[in-house]
Amino acid sequence: MEFKTVLFYLFSTITVLAALRVITARNPVHAALFLVLAFFNVAGLWMLLQAEFLSLVLVMVYVGAVMVLFLFVVMMLDINIEQVRAGFWKNLPIGGLVGALLIAEMAAVLSGRYFGLASLPPQNMPANYSNTKELARVLYTDYAYPFEIASVILLVAIIVAVMLTLRRRKDNKAMHSSDQIAVKSKDRMRLVKMAPEVELPAAANKGEQA
Amino acid sequence: MIPLSHYLILAAILFAISIVGIFLNRKNLIVLLMAIELMLLAVNLNFVAFSHYLNDLSGQLFVFFILVVAAAESGIGLAILVVLFRNLSSIDVEDLDTLKG
Repeated sequence: MEFKTVLFYLFSTITVLAALRVITARNPVHAALFLVLAFFNVAGLWMLLQAEFLSLVLVMVYVGAVMVLFLFVVMMLDINIEQVRAGFWKNLPIGGLVGALLIAEMAAVLSGRYFGLASLPPQNMPANYSNTKELARVLYTDYAYPFEIASVILLVAIIVAVMLTLRRRKDNKAMHSSDQIAVKSKDRMRLVKMAPEVELPAAANKGEQA
Repeated sequence: MIPLSHYLILAAILFAISIVGIFLNRKNLIVLLMAIELMLLAVNLNFVAFSHYLNDLSGQLFVFFILVVAAAESGIGLAILVVLFRNLSSIDVEDLDTLKG
């Protein structure tokens, strides 16, 4: 058996096992860590498929950013595991039935003679072929507009995430510099018109006290 | 040489596992989000496999854009989750019935 075949079966076995543990783990932290394991193995599979750039992006963006975000949120929330697990096995029969049907149908279609592309000659790229360079060449020419739309989507996602979780405090004592600059002199001092106060004679005052 | 159908069936298995995960974890919104990530991963695996076997880079470009959208989706999803937990003290999908849907 060829070494690449061994690697394929190793990576795919670990991926499937990790995915099973993701959906059955009791603790959400463990689920997130098994999802990281699945991502690493799929990155290995993509490496076998000569998609080097995407494989590294998967590790850096997904494992490095998205899964750390997941772990951060999981650890920030105080979840009652028993309550979350209630009714877990109740849905297993119908879920398992749907999953098994899906796998059986897909396998019946995909393993036919239409998708058995093993006979395709393997592409032997020259030694200086760069997957990243080729991707960039296509990305900045044919896909320039989708690329810009993707950047706008990311900007919208940043703004939405900040605005959703922003909490304004009522007892904030911060200064408003615009209000301080725009202040007028009559805002600082108030002149009040009132009747003059009349002081009582000192003697009468003393007599009353005595 | 591994045939294309092996990759496609592996992606189908991953997709089915994540669907079963959505059935099982009805009370845990975090694991639901993780199952969606797993689904997108299976789709991306299909794209990369076709891109390799048909010798066309467009598939990898699509994976790139799917990664962008998935990152935005999980970021916003987790933000909604945090706001939800702050207001309801629960991440149960069954508690999300404010709109009487």
